[in-house]
Amino acid sequence: MASPRSPRLVDSFTAPKEILQEFADMAEEEDVDPFAETASKRQIASRESDYHNRRFRRTGHESADAFKAAEEGTEVEGGYQDAMRLQRLEKEEERVRRIIEDKEKEAREEGNEKMDLDKTPPREEIIEAVKDIAAASGAKRKRRWDVEESDDKVKVEPKGEWSKEALEEAAPKKRRSRWDATPADVAETPKRSRWDQVPVVQDVPMTPIIMNAPGFMQEDKHNRYLTDEELDAILPSSGYIIVTPPPGYAPLVRPPKLSAPSITEVGGFQIQESSDAAAAAAAAGLAPELPTEIPGVGSLAFFKAEDAQYFAKILKEEDETELSVDEMKERKIMRLLLKIKNGTPPVRKTALRQITDKAREFGAGPLFDKILPLLMERTLEDQERHLLVKVIDRVLYKLDDLVRPYVHKILVVIEPLLIDEDYYARVEGREIISNLSKAAGLAHMISTMRPDIDHADEYVRNTTARAFSVVASALGIPSLLPFLKAVCRSKKSWQARHTGIRIVQQIAIMMGCAVLPHLRNLVDCIAHGLQDEQQKVRTMTALGLAALAEAAAPYGIESFDNVLKPLWVGIRLHRGKSLAAFLKAIGFILPLMDPEYVSYYIKEVTIILIREFQTSDEEMKKIVLKVVQQCAATEGVTPQYIKQDILPDFFKAFWVRRMALDRRNYRQVVETTVELAQKAGVAEIVGRIVNELKDEAEPYRKMVMETITKVVASLGASDIDERLEVRLVDGIIYSFQEQTTEDQVMLDGFGTVVNALGIRVKPYLTQIVSTILWRLNNKSAKVRQQAADLTTRLAVVIKQCGEDQLLSKLGLVLFEQLGEEYPDTLGSIIAAEGAIANVVGMTQMNPPVKDLLPRMTPILRNRHEKVQEATINLIGRIADRGAEFVPAREWMRICFELLDLLKAHKKGIRRAAVNSFGYIAKSLGPQDVLQVLLTNLRVQERQSRVCSTVAIAIVAETCGPFTCIPAILNEYRTAELNVRTGCLKALTFVFEYVGPQSAYYADSVVTMLEDALTDRDLVHRQTASVIVKHLALGVAGLGCEDSMLHLMNLVWPNCFETSPHVIGAVMDAIEAMRVTLGPGVLLSYILQGLFHPARKVREVYWRIYNSLYLGASDALVPFYPDLGELSEGQNVFDRHPLQMFI
Amino acid sequence: MSSELRYTANTQLEHLHARYTGTGHADLTKYEWLTHQHRDTLASIVGHPPLASYLAIADGEAIGRVKFEMTERMLQPCGPPPTKDD
Repeated sequence: MASPRSPRLVDSFTAPKEILQEFADMAEEEDVDPFAETASKRQIASRESDYHNRRFRRTGHESADAFKAAEEGTEVEGGYQDAMRLQRLEKEEERVRRIIEDKEKEAREEGNEKMDLDKTPPREEIIEAVKDIAAASGAKRKRRWDVEESDDKVKVEPKGEWSKEALEEAAPKKRRSRWDATPADVAETPKRSRWDQVPVVQDVPMTPIIMNAPGFMQEDKHNRYLTDEELDAILPSSGYIIVTPPPGYAPLVRPPKLSAPSITEVGGFQIQESSDAAAAAAAAGLAPELPTEIPGVGSLAFFKAEDAQYFAKILKEEDETELSVDEMKERKIMRLLLKIKNGTPPVRKTALRQITDKAREFGAGPLFDKILPLLMERTLEDQERHLLVKVIDRVLYKLDDLVRPYVHKILVVIEPLLIDEDYYARVEGREIISNLSKAAGLAHMISTMRPDIDHADEYVRNTTARAFSVVASALGIPSLLPFLKAVCRSKKSWQARHTGIRIVQQIAIMMGCAVLPHLRNLVDCIAHGLQDEQQKVRTMTALGLAALAEAAAPYGIESFDNVLKPLWVGIRLHRGKSLAAFLKAIGFILPLMDPEYVSYYIKEVTIILIREFQTSDEEMKKIVLKVVQQCAATEGVTPQYIKQDILPDFFKAFWVRRMALDRRNYRQVVETTVELAQKAGVAEIVGRIVNELKDEAEPYRKMVMETITKVVASLGASDIDERLEVRLVDGIIYSFQEQTTEDQVMLDGFGTVVNALGIRVKPYLTQIVSTILWRLNNKSAKVRQQAADLTTRLAVVIKQCGEDQLLSKLGLVLFEQLGEEYPDTLGSIIAAEGAIANVVGMTQMNPPVKDLLPRMTPILRNRHEKVQEATINLIGRIADRGAEFVPAREWMRICFELLDLLKAHKKGIRRAAVNSFGYIAKSLGPQDVLQVLLTNLRVQERQSRVCSTVAIAIVAETCGPFTCIPAILNEYRTAELNVRTGCLKALTFVFEYVGPQSAYYADSVVTMLEDALTDRDLVHRQTASVIVKHLALGVAGLGCEDSMLHLMNLVWPNCFETSPHVIGAVMDAIEAMRVTLGPGVLLSYILQGLFHPARKVREVYWRIYNSLYLGASDALVPFYPDLGELSEGQNVFDRHPLQMFI
Repeated sequence: MSSELRYTANTQLEHLHARYTGTGHADLTKYEWLTHQHRDTLASIVGHPPLASYLAIADGEAIGRVKFEMTERMLQPCGPPPTKDD
């Protein structure tokens, strides 16, 4: 441990792992919920932080509708004045409470030091305490902590809840549960856990909009004990006897019969007004089965125990005639809400529509009284929240200004969404608040949210600021500006100024470049905050300016004129957090500046930056790095300046081993260095760090390697002189060899640098290749894999350097390695072999292709994707370039193996396989390959058949359609359905690929198409229609109109099909016919049914007419029938201009 | 799959069609359809210069006037809509 006078030193050491772990455990334990294990992880509240859960402490109040009051000339309670008064009261209360807490703390510290529970109490104390407890409880056994908890809490006085007994009782426990840890914490920190809150909440004069009874909701119905009645029901009545408990047995846990009433006593909780026993049981989670069938609601998707408490009123049958109108309305709303929240999608949809339609009828009050408590439920899940928020959204639209009295209540519930982790929740929250502000109006929003601006709780101010920024974006920044100006200048409290500035910051973050028109106003609004006497306000102002500058980039520097001086002066005056914020603001303003002026400002800030290079504060480090990066990126800063003034200190401070240990620092340093390299040049940066490639710390070497990779990749290696080149290659080889964890970074680095150096690596190639060869024989599979991957990357360069000898050596060694058993490694080896084959060509390849290919055939059976892909690529390459080196028999064998690859999951593999068929067919002639593929149409698997058809089409394309079409037509005569469909499918692809060539084959396939188009099977007609489509499009304008018209007559009757795929194909075929036959012919078909007496017929014909019309409306003009004879009265239908002639 | 397509592909097609003027539907009246035809014809004349000049010669008018008249006539080319009798 360092002495307290040198805090710097402490920062440079990290605490031992076990201590850190202990802190982490403690932090976890503090907000642990003993029932959380049973609660679902989907619950929003359970995965949120303490900060987020502060929302449960907020209360909403009614805000009077001042506009309505003014209209009606009445005074209403709960206006802005009241809200402000309440807020002041709350503040005062908070202040008093804090004083009381402080006093208690003092008293405790003075009184008894032995309460320090972090230490293990001396043994005698423990014994004494145990005796005390025994005396106090009167029982031998120690009480279980979870048995009497509710009683404890009820009994405990608001201030004395952590009384001496309670503390001492807990002290002797061995396990550090929260019951012995928190008391000390709670007493000493202002942070309060949930358990001690209940009494406090009771003191609050207002009723909270929902009372969350901690512990109650989490009561688990699954783990409760069975009652005697239930046991009677389960077990047979004879053959069992009830055994009396052994003497002296005291039950560990009280039976549930006794705990039930104690639960209802939990402070501040009303379950339901009625005394209905069933509902009470259901509410307490004690009912044997939770209902999924509710009277008047129907069946639900699910029903949670917690729901029972909100929906108790509709869970039981009631005589509706006895209810008043309001009660009926309430029940109606509850039913709809339950349907929306828990119902199946169709139920939900109708209920949502109903509640929207009837929103005004129900009224804002009854609706929100039901919706908002549900949203504050602790066990709420994402889906439920989403649905409830949706309800609010819909209802808001309908209610419009009726919503005014509920604005604050809604805000209290919705504001937390704005800081949710989930992006979509944030968007939803924004949407609601923006709709709310449009419905309630700016004035009302301001008067409602104004009291929260200087609320005592930071959480409330934070969420309010975000809500205000949403209001600004919804109603426009200008309308909110006067208010913002006033708030940012508030004299009363710094909190108000702080929040005002935060609103501006949030506006900038949310609206982005849309702040540009108001930039000057916004900047002026917060500018004075830089000289505020409160440090927090100054920090927030700087952050706000940073956000504004970021949003405005690259425009708007003139708006920041006023703040430049205070900012630059400020960095000399401030330290710590506010300095960090100031630097951040400067970093974002610099890129906006003119290049001429920027260098002056950068010089000013560099002094501070260099001083802060030494900082031990992580946050500061990050910001300093970011600002250096931004400085380097500006145009005005010269390479000379960077080299002289920034680089030396920068490298001294940041290029140290320690920086490589933290992931975020690592990334920042690399990014910043790469940015500096853009100005300073490759040689400068690489020269400074290249020696570190031989550093003993591996993470650090990795950091160096990554930086060099990025720098060289973006700037090339031409700057690197010979001496540096030697050091660089040497360092890279060293760090590559010395790596203990095989990493992508090293591989990429090696590849990038060698490729950038190009022919200059020739002298080092022997060394590099011998490294690879050595590593290829390493016993670790990873090392072998990496060596193979490196070969893949280097192949091109080795060829460039003319080192064919080395390549063939590598090829041979890799060939010998093909027996590799690790699939990942095998895949890499094959890929490397492929890369070598690629650069040296098939003729020079060593091993010769005729040896290589037979070796690949068995590997094709490997099921591993990587292996499959690499193999098929290599085989495809050989088939394409050097098929003649391999005997035909071998190729046929490969063809059969390739069929299996058609089943692969990865599309790339299937595509490569199908292409390989094409290459093989080209070299062997199509007959044999085609036979293989046509036979494959008989297999069961659809995917395999489909791929075969594609392969057939590719063979047809590469070898000419005349080689395949006869075989396909012949195969079509098979009686098997799959084969016939396959043939048709193959023809669709053939005609799609060959295009205009199909004119030669149109007549030969007509008879087959006749057969297919008149088949009873839908799929046949569908596929045939697709063929017709491709055929018709292929032969358009090539003089095949006669056969096309024939096909058109066969396709046309299918236009009444309803199956979506079939009708789609048929419509496409008809469209294609428009192209081949011309729109006039088609119009004559369509005219028959446009005004058919049957609507079903008309609908189809009009749809075809519409596609025709959209395709060729102008061309239709001469073909419209002359309908002059239909003229009647004022309507003359003759098209006179067309009747003129000369 | 099929139900999904039934709800998307074809209804979508109809929606797409409905977005353009000149397309029709099962309840289109004779008057509406013919009005569209007339407008298309007139637009075609205006848009094809050879057709416009042919009409200009036949009518003994300037081409500009023919075009102007055709454009003018596009407003209710078949007279006012017939009164609905239901």
